[in-house]
Amino acid sequence: MKQVINNEILKIEKLKKYFHVGKDKQGPIYVRAVDGVTLNIKYGETLGLVGESGSGKSTIAYTVVGMYRPTSGQILFKGKNIGMEASRRSLSSKKEIQIVFQDPGSSLNPRQTIEQILALPFRIHTQVPKKQLREKMVKLLEKVELSPDYLYKSPPSIGGGEKQMVAIARAMASNPSLILLDEPTSALDVSVQAKIINKLIDLQKEMNLTYLFITHDLSLMRNVANRIAIMYLGKICEVAESVTFFEKPLHPYTQMLISSVPVISEEEEKLKPKKVISIGEIPSPVNIPSGCSFHLRCPYKIPICSKVDPEMIEFSPGHIVRCHLFAKLENKKQQRSDLYEEESVIY
Amino acid sequence: MDNKEFRIATIEKSREEGKWHRFWDMISRHWYHFSYNKLSILGISIVVLVILLAILAPCIAPYPAHAGPFVDFINAGQPPGVKYWLGTDPIGRDIFTRIIFAFRGALVMSIVVLAIAVPVGSLLGLIAGFYYKTIIDTIIMRISDVFLSIPPLVLALSVAAVLKPNLMNSMIALTVMWWPWYTRLVYGMASSVSNEYFVIAADLTGASKFHILFREILPNCLSPVFTKMALDVGWVIIFSASLSFVGLGEQPPTPALGQMVSDGAKYLPELWWMCIFPALAIIVMILGFNLFGDGIRDMLQSSR
Repeated sequence: MKQVINNEILKIEKLKKYFHVGKDKQGPIYVRAVDGVTLNIKYGETLGLVGESGSGKSTIAYTVVGMYRPTSGQILFKGKNIGMEASRRSLSSKKEIQIVFQDPGSSLNPRQTIEQILALPFRIHTQVPKKQLREKMVKLLEKVELSPDYLYKSPPSIGGGEKQMVAIARAMASNPSLILLDEPTSALDVSVQAKIINKLIDLQKEMNLTYLFITHDLSLMRNVANRIAIMYLGKICEVAESVTFFEKPLHPYTQMLISSVPVISEEEEKLKPKKVISIGEIPSPVNIPSGCSFHLRCPYKIPICSKVDPEMIEFSPGHIVRCHLFAKLENKKQQRSDLYEEESVIY
Repeated sequence: MDNKEFRIATIEKSREEGKWHRFWDMISRHWYHFSYNKLSILGISIVVLVILLAILAPCIAPYPAHAGPFVDFINAGQPPGVKYWLGTDPIGRDIFTRIIFAFRGALVMSIVVLAIAVPVGSLLGLIAGFYYKTIIDTIIMRISDVFLSIPPLVLALSVAAVLKPNLMNSMIALTVMWWPWYTRLVYGMASSVSNEYFVIAADLTGASKFHILFREILPNCLSPVFTKMALDVGWVIIFSASLSFVGLGEQPPTPALGQMVSDGAKYLPELWWMCIFPALAIIVMILGFNLFGDGIRDMLQSSR
């Protein structure tokens, strides 16, 4: 796959984002959208952040880009702390981090032409004379395979995939190094999705971009991401290289997710891990269960799960999992290579 | 490089050429939606007629002098007929002439009132909506609530009564009671539009507050404002007629519709034309502006 420089562009450390939603007798009630997330993104890679709706994956992106101020924790971008709202950040850090939203319908101003939309980042971040501005915008549109006369169209008059292409072009306009993709394809048709994903991969190579790709579509991640992080109720369950992730999923939640991916043939069906039956729905982030937040739905739960919140364990280099099942095994100090065999027996 | 420059030039050229075409395209599309309801056409006809009558009053009116201090006791109290289409009042002035001149006052009134109240109200609403749930929002909206809590006509009457009764002061009175409605309207729109992703995207890129307010949010709040404006022209006329009915608007001898109705009411039922025709003029004018406003609303809603 792509050459990844082993150096972090973005370091998220113990990030917490709580939303105040009300009050009761015990005190204020918070939605714990992001609850202590530690995550690194390396230069030039695509990190897939996967989770059910309500797991806080979009909140991470919004906090990184500066829509929210983190409740606690640090966000380091190229070594600089950016754990604050966008209004307090320097213009250069705004230039470097861009976001593409899920709904292309509402992310482009319906009262502006594409020209006006694309001109904004140029006007703010570069001193381009007016004459060259149009040329630059035409180039940008070419990059996303739109013809130059799209400049004079307005968002309501173009299709959903084209709108998303324009949104991507806008994000690329300031020449950023990190782009947060918040479910960029989930509002689009499958055929358009493929086109957009391919374009994103091409652009990444061309412009040396780093992606944080947020989605709930695991099968998509297999083709796009270098590493995958699974989120559940504001916490990271498992982080692994994309290949290991699909071959040796460790966390019961990950196994549940992979086993529920729909496939098109019998052979593929056999490749999936044994069907892990999920119990119930994702609990409300207002009322997170004690101990491991997944224990209510976990088929392999052991007594300790409902009491103690598991730690992050580096199971093998680059494969981090947060589960008591593996903590116990690690304490026994067994050979790492045997561990997986042992685990598959358990399951 | 040459090729690229040529291509950009071609786009420029085709854009210039397409400009008029697109403009007419837009006009015809809007007209289609506007004229879908035939009553809107009636509305726009009445509006155009009233505006033309008001502008061309000195040329059209049969007796322009009758709009001022004029006395002609020989023709006093004439019923509607060939010479005086809508009759004359007890001092011999032609009612038709005076109605046409009264249109001028009414239109100037509504234009001035809306020209002040709409920008002021919209701007305050825009700012309050952008700073939703902050101290700025609270201050602006509570002040507008104070104005809204007083019944509009009572507010206008009291302002007009405190000041000297003339056209200028009744305009001030109506403006004072009118702006909070626009503040409310734009506030609601702006507070919801400012959560849209395109506004967030502009903010995250580092756009200035000015750009966000006036380029991103405001254009998306305007269509209900235009609709309300078109409907409000009629309402301003009603209120100004009400003010002049109780003697707080334009002072005699300058004609005003409300004042003519109240004068005529004294001579009922003998000189019925003195009261009925100005009242009918008010009704037709307001009907026209309301139908026109409905048409504008249909147009802006369906051509989104």
